[in-house]
Amino acid sequence: MSGYVRETEAPELPAPAFVKGPVHWIRENLFPNWWNSILTLVSLYIGYLLFSSVIDFALISAVFTGDSGKSCIRESGGHVGACWPFIWAKFDQFIYGRYPLAERWRVDVVYLVGMAALIPALMPALPFKKWNVLFLLIVYPVMTFFLLVGGSFGLEPVETSLWGGLLVTLVVAVTGIVASLPIGIILALGRRSSMPTARFVSIIFIEFWRGVPLITVLFMSSVMFPLLLPEGVNFDKLLRALVGVALFSAAYMAEVVRGGLQAIPRGQYEGAQALGLSYWKMMGLIVLPQALKLVIPGIVNTFIGLFKDTTLVMIIGLFDLLGIVQLNFTDPKWISPVTSHTGYLFAAAIFWMFCFSMSRYSIYMENRLHTGHKR
Amino acid sequence: MKKIVLSTALGAAVAVAASTAGAATLDDIKAKGHVQCGVSQGLPGFSNTDDKGNWTGIDVDVCRAVAAAVFGDASKVKYTPLSAKERFTALQSGEIDILSRNTTWTMTRDTTLGLNFAGVNYYDGQGFMVRKDLGVKSALELGGAKVCTNTGTTTELNVADYFRANKLTYEIVAFEKADEVVQAYDTGRCDVYTTDASGLYAQRLKLAKPGDHMVLPEIISKEPLGPVVRQGDDQWFNLVKWTLFAMINAEELGVTSANIDDMKKSTNPAIKRLVGVEGNFGQNLGVSNEWAYNIVKQVGNYGEIFDANVGPKTPLGISRGVNALWSKGGLQYAPPVR
Repeated sequence: MSGYVRETEAPELPAPAFVKGPVHWIRENLFPNWWNSILTLVSLYIGYLLFSSVIDFALISAVFTGDSGKSCIRESGGHVGACWPFIWAKFDQFIYGRYPLAERWRVDVVYLVGMAALIPALMPALPFKKWNVLFLLIVYPVMTFFLLVGGSFGLEPVETSLWGGLLVTLVVAVTGIVASLPIGIILALGRRSSMPTARFVSIIFIEFWRGVPLITVLFMSSVMFPLLLPEGVNFDKLLRALVGVALFSAAYMAEVVRGGLQAIPRGQYEGAQALGLSYWKMMGLIVLPQALKLVIPGIVNTFIGLFKDTTLVMIIGLFDLLGIVQLNFTDPKWISPVTSHTGYLFAAAIFWMFCFSMSRYSIYMENRLHTGHKR
Repeated sequence: MKKIVLSTALGAAVAVAASTAGAATLDDIKAKGHVQCGVSQGLPGFSNTDDKGNWTGIDVDVCRAVAAAVFGDASKVKYTPLSAKERFTALQSGEIDILSRNTTWTMTRDTTLGLNFAGVNYYDGQGFMVRKDLGVKSALELGGAKVCTNTGTTTELNVADYFRANKLTYEIVAFEKADEVVQAYDTGRCDVYTTDASGLYAQRLKLAKPGDHMVLPEIISKEPLGPVVRQGDDQWFNLVKWTLFAMINAEELGVTSANIDDMKKSTNPAIKRLVGVEGNFGQNLGVSNEWAYNIVKQVGNYGEIFDANVGPKTPLGISRGVNALWSKGGLQYAPPVR
C-alpha cells in the first residue's frame, strides 16, 4: 500500500471571506465588537436620514416643470420638494447677471477661452507651459477686459452694474487670486527684508489690511470713498471692490508666504549666497520654490476662502452668484415656500464644485512636487 | 426699511456738503441721456427682477415714469441696486438722480439728510397675519398671543406700543432673518406674524398653505413710501413730484394707457390740460408738453401700475386699501394740473 502523494500543486483558493475582502473589511472596521457595531448602526441610520431627505427634496418630491411659483405650491399643503423650474427660468441670470442678451456671447467667449487656456496650464504633462501661462496672465486678462467692458473694437460698452451672477463671482475671485499671490510674495519678502523702509512699509500694509474685516473694506469702498471724491468723479463700483479684495487677500497671502520663508533652513540661504547668487536669484531659484511648495495648503486655503468671501460684495449692491439667486427670490412670480431652499441648494452646489476642484488640484500638486521631505 | 441709524448719522455728516452741489439735475440727465435710479436689492412687487433680468415693480415704475416725462421714453433708466445703508449716500454723492427704494418718509430723514421726499407712491404700515382657523377678526382679539417678528427693527417697538396701549398681554418671538420668521410662524411657534403689510403679503406666499392665513385689517404704524431726491434742486424735485401727481390725476380722470389716445380728443378741460392739448404745463417743468401723455401711455396711471405690480391679480394680491384714490375712500390725492 503506497501512501497517497499528490503530484500536482493544489489550486490557489481565494482567502476565506472572513479574513480578506469586503466582508472581512466590514467585520474588522465596522463591527469589531458590540459597541462599535452599535455606533456603526446609529451612524448609518443618521446618514440615511440626512441623505434620504436631501434626495427626497432634490429629486423625489421635487417639481421639474412649471412656469411660475404656483407649480411649486401644493394647495393641499402637502410636502413639496425643490422647485427646479425656478432655476431653469433664472439660469441665464445666474450665469450672466443682467448682461445684455445680445452681448452674452462675449461672456461665453471669456468663459471658453479661459477654460481652454487654464486646463492645459494645469496639466504638467503638456508642452508650451511658459507660453500658456504667459497667455493666461497677460493676454487673457487684457482680452477679458476689452471683451467684457466693451467700448472699443466696435463692441457695445456694457456697464459693470449689469454684470452679475457667476460672472461677477469669477471676476472678483480670479482677480483676487491672480493679484494676491505676486503682491503677497513681494510683501512677505519685504517683511523679512533687512531694509528698514521696505520692512516698515510691508508691516504697516499687512497689519492694516489684516486688521479690518473684508466687509468693512467693501463698505468703505462703496460708501465712504465716493464722498471723498470731488462731485462727478466716480470710480466704477466693481473696480473699487476688486481693488479692495485684491489688497485684502494680498495681506493674507503675504503672511502665508512668510510662513513658508521662515521654514526654509538658514543653510539654503547661505548656500545660495556662497554660490554668488544675487538676492533675486537666491529668492527666485532657491528659496521661493521650496517655500511656496511648503505652503501650498495655506495658499489654496486662502484662495478658497477668497472665493467664498466674494459673496460679501452683495452688501455693496453687486450681485454675485449668491446675490443674484437671492435677488430672484423676490420675483413675485416665483415666490413659493421652497423657492429659497432650491436657490440656496443650487448656489451651494456651484460653490462646492469650484472649491472642491481647487482643493483636489492642490493635493495633486502637493504630491507631484513631493521631493521626499514630507513626514 | 428701518435700520437707518448708521446711514442717518453718516448722511447728516455730509448733508451740508452735498446739498450745495448738484443743481440742475435735469440738465445733467438730459445731457447723459438716462435717469439713474436707485432701487432695492429685491423687494417683491416694489423692485425686483423678472425672468429676463429686467427690473419691475411699483418703485421701478416711478423711475420709468420720470424717464418718460423727460425723454418721452420710459426705457431710458439705469438702475443702481442699493442696500438700506447705502441708499442715502448714493443720492447725496450724486451717484443716483432719484431714490425709489421703498423708503419711509420720516421727519428725521426729510430734515437732516439734505433730501426731499417727492410724494408717496405706496402707503404702507405694520400689520398682522394670523391663521384663519384662529377665528380672529381684529387685532384687538389678540390678547395672550405669541407674536413672531424680526429682531432689532421698529416693528418690535410698534407691537409693544400697540399691545400696551390696548392693555393686551403678548409674547414676542423674534428672529434675525425674515425667512426664519416665516418658518417659525408656519410651524406654529407663534400665532401672529407682524411686519409691514406689503411684506406680509409677500411672505404669505412662502407659507405651505397661503390660503389658510389672513391679514388683519388693523395697521398700527405709518410707513409712507416714496421717491426721494436731493435737496436744493427745485426743478428736479418738481418734476419727480408732478410725475407722481400726473399718474394719480390720470387715474382719477379715467385716463389709462389704453385709452389715452382717444382722451386727447376729450372735451374735459382737466384731461386736455393733463395730456398736453391745452396749456404749457410741461414747459414749466422743463420738459415737453407731452410729458404726462408719455407717462401714462408708456407706464400707465397709478391704478394700472398698482394692479400690474402688487394688485389683487398678481401673486402678491394686495388690495388697494388706503392706496385707493381719495375719491374712493383712500389717501391717494394729487393737486390738479391747472
